[in-house]
Amino acid sequence: MKSLAELEAIRDKTLSEINMRTDRQGGIRIVVGMATCGIAAGARPVLGAIIEEVSKRELKDVIVSQTGCIGVCRLEPIVEVYRPGEEKVTYVMMTPQKAVEMVTEHIVNNKPIKKYTIGEADK
Amino acid sequence: MEREVITMKLARSHVLVCGGTGCTSSGSEKLLPEFDIQLEKAGIKNEVSVVKTGCFGLCALGPIVIVYPEGAFYSMVKIEDVKTIVTEHLLKGRIVKELLYDDSIDGAAIKPLKDVDFYKKQLRIALKNCGVIDPEEIDEYIAFDGYKALGRVLTEMEPKQVIDIIKQSKLRGRGGAGFPTAIKWEFAANQPEGKKYVCCNADEGDPGAFMDRSVLEGDPHSVIEAMAIAAYAIGSDEGYIYIRAEYPIAVRRLNIAIEQAKKYGLLGKNIFGTDFSFDLSLRLGAGAFVCGEETALITSIEGKRGEPRPRPPFPAVEGLWGKPTILNNVETYANIPQIILNGAEWFLGIGTEKSKGTKVFALGGKINNTGLVEVPMGTTLREIVEEIGGGIPNGKKFKAAQTGGPSGGCIPTELIDTPIDYDSLIEIGAMMGSGGLIVMDEDSCMVDIAKFFLKFTVDESCGKCVPCRIGTKRMLEILEKITSGKGTVEDIENLKKLAGSVKSSSLCGLGQTAPNPVLSTLKYFEDEYMAHVIEKRCPAGVCKDLLRYIIDKEKCKGCGICAKHCPVTAISGELKKPYEIDQQMCIKCGVCEIKCPFKAISRK
Repeated sequence: MKSLAELEAIRDKTLSEINMRTDRQGGIRIVVGMATCGIAAGARPVLGAIIEEVSKRELKDVIVSQTGCIGVCRLEPIVEVYRPGEEKVTYVMMTPQKAVEMVTEHIVNNKPIKKYTIGEADK
Repeated sequence: MEREVITMKLARSHVLVCGGTGCTSSGSEKLLPEFDIQLEKAGIKNEVSVVKTGCFGLCALGPIVIVYPEGAFYSMVKIEDVKTIVTEHLLKGRIVKELLYDDSIDGAAIKPLKDVDFYKKQLRIALKNCGVIDPEEIDEYIAFDGYKALGRVLTEMEPKQVIDIIKQSKLRGRGGAGFPTAIKWEFAANQPEGKKYVCCNADEGDPGAFMDRSVLEGDPHSVIEAMAIAAYAIGSDEGYIYIRAEYPIAVRRLNIAIEQAKKYGLLGKNIFGTDFSFDLSLRLGAGAFVCGEETALITSIEGKRGEPRPRPPFPAVEGLWGKPTILNNVETYANIPQIILNGAEWFLGIGTEKSKGTKVFALGGKINNTGLVEVPMGTTLREIVEEIGGGIPNGKKFKAAQTGGPSGGCIPTELIDTPIDYDSLIEIGAMMGSGGLIVMDEDSCMVDIAKFFLKFTVDESCGKCVPCRIGTKRMLEILEKITSGKGTVEDIENLKKLAGSVKSSSLCGLGQTAPNPVLSTLKYFEDEYMAHVIEKRCPAGVCKDLLRYIIDKEKCKGCGICAKHCPVTAISGELKKPYEIDQQMCIKCGVCEIKCPFKAISRK
């Protein structure tokens, strides 16, 4: 260890890996439906893509979590976004590509992608 | 859209399994390979990271497993539960409610851990990383700002500034006596330049105490970092951690931590590119309680028989191999990096006027949430026992709590609202001690408790000075006389006199504090001593020689079950008529009381 910068580099790299081990409240929650229906429809790669994107962009205060069957199995994979103080946004028939797009547009730029949400995509 | 391949290992869930001694003894070691097997079977091994951490504190409910990001707190996890957690929670995202710690559920949702009763009033500074990081991975310590304090100290501060910050923070030694840490450092720093040593006292010996063990098991690097900071402050280049050999997990993790720190150049030569060098090694104690005393500990590191010597000269002037030496306790060190990072003002904002910061306690005895807690100084005993500790089991009443182990004293019910800090405890005849907190209920006999602690000090007295070697032995004999029903009022007077002499004339802290449990129980429970000597009765029903098992003739149906189970055939009688116990033969084992279907047998 020759400098504080060297220490900082190790810190940043590891922190992004283990930062989820703290109780957080008030941040954005991205929840992926991971029941049998979700998994069968391909929820796992979607979840993976979201986690990678969130971490790559070093987004703080974003929790990526999973839940059971949301109820509309025919529209799986389903991803829900909870932003404090706003109504929940439900994305349906997600793919890894759409998920990455969702993180960029919705989480970072705060513009929900309407065409992927439950009201639109199902039409 | 093409996405670049991410090489970093990224887990979507982290499973934290407690690897402290408490959970290890309740079987947490076996859970780790089982998680591996089940995750492999479910095909999600590369998505979930399983980590062995230090103590979460709630040892009574071990083994404990916490799953993030949800923060699901699973308690008393059995090996067969692992499969359920993997297939339900980790694979399908359905939290396994039945396995969650009851108090962490709020209707349909999970409460954040900080809102759970056990954690609500706690403030973790020394235990900050305990249960959060993998203690065997230096990178995880660094991720939570580890070694940043050392880096700053070495590159931005003068040694004197370091001592000044610690002085401003008013940090006092957590080993028991509460001596201001900065004063010790200053003494050593002011000695002429030359060889100096930095030592850590990890010879935690009080019965029921495991604070230091938990810090070392859960966050060993915090102590290593703090010792390097101390070394810089006083101008030393070498240190020793003196730890009990009875702490195998802590020893192993410390060894791993020291190796990793050396590899990263955080121990060794020219740390952070400066002129500062520091080397650290372990010395294992053989389990003698007296080696927790500073001069005895230093003598033991030198390879000699662990016996204390008179002070002055104090170790800060003449310590290890005759060189200036500072010796601090594990928990004291664990506070240092946080004070450097957050500033003295931050630390001053926690605690009471003369006792700043927090204190870690090992909660034990008759309490629901046996475990490890860290609270701001000034928290009352009632808050610790009733709120954090979850009260006394089986609806029994609180009688007293013993702080400071064999050197401390008891706090009776009427003083349960005493704020816990160094000075309030001294005032009421107890002491902070290293942090053992043993709770007693109405079934505990205070004379017996005093006898227990005194027996411990008699066994552990090194024998070098007469007052401790012979004085404590004579005191124990008097207590044995009292508890066997042969005591007199005069014995109690003698006990008090003897206690005074042992206290004032013993060579080291062991002897000087040995009479404390006797004196404080005499102070608050003299009536109980009197009941033993005058009425020949033990009010709590503990002292066997004073007990009589009696059959209530009204309730006895003459079934004969008691007689059948009595191991010494002391019970006799005719079927369908009340039985009788021969008090001469009775060995007071209590089997009859347990076996009687009509609750006709009681202790008097």
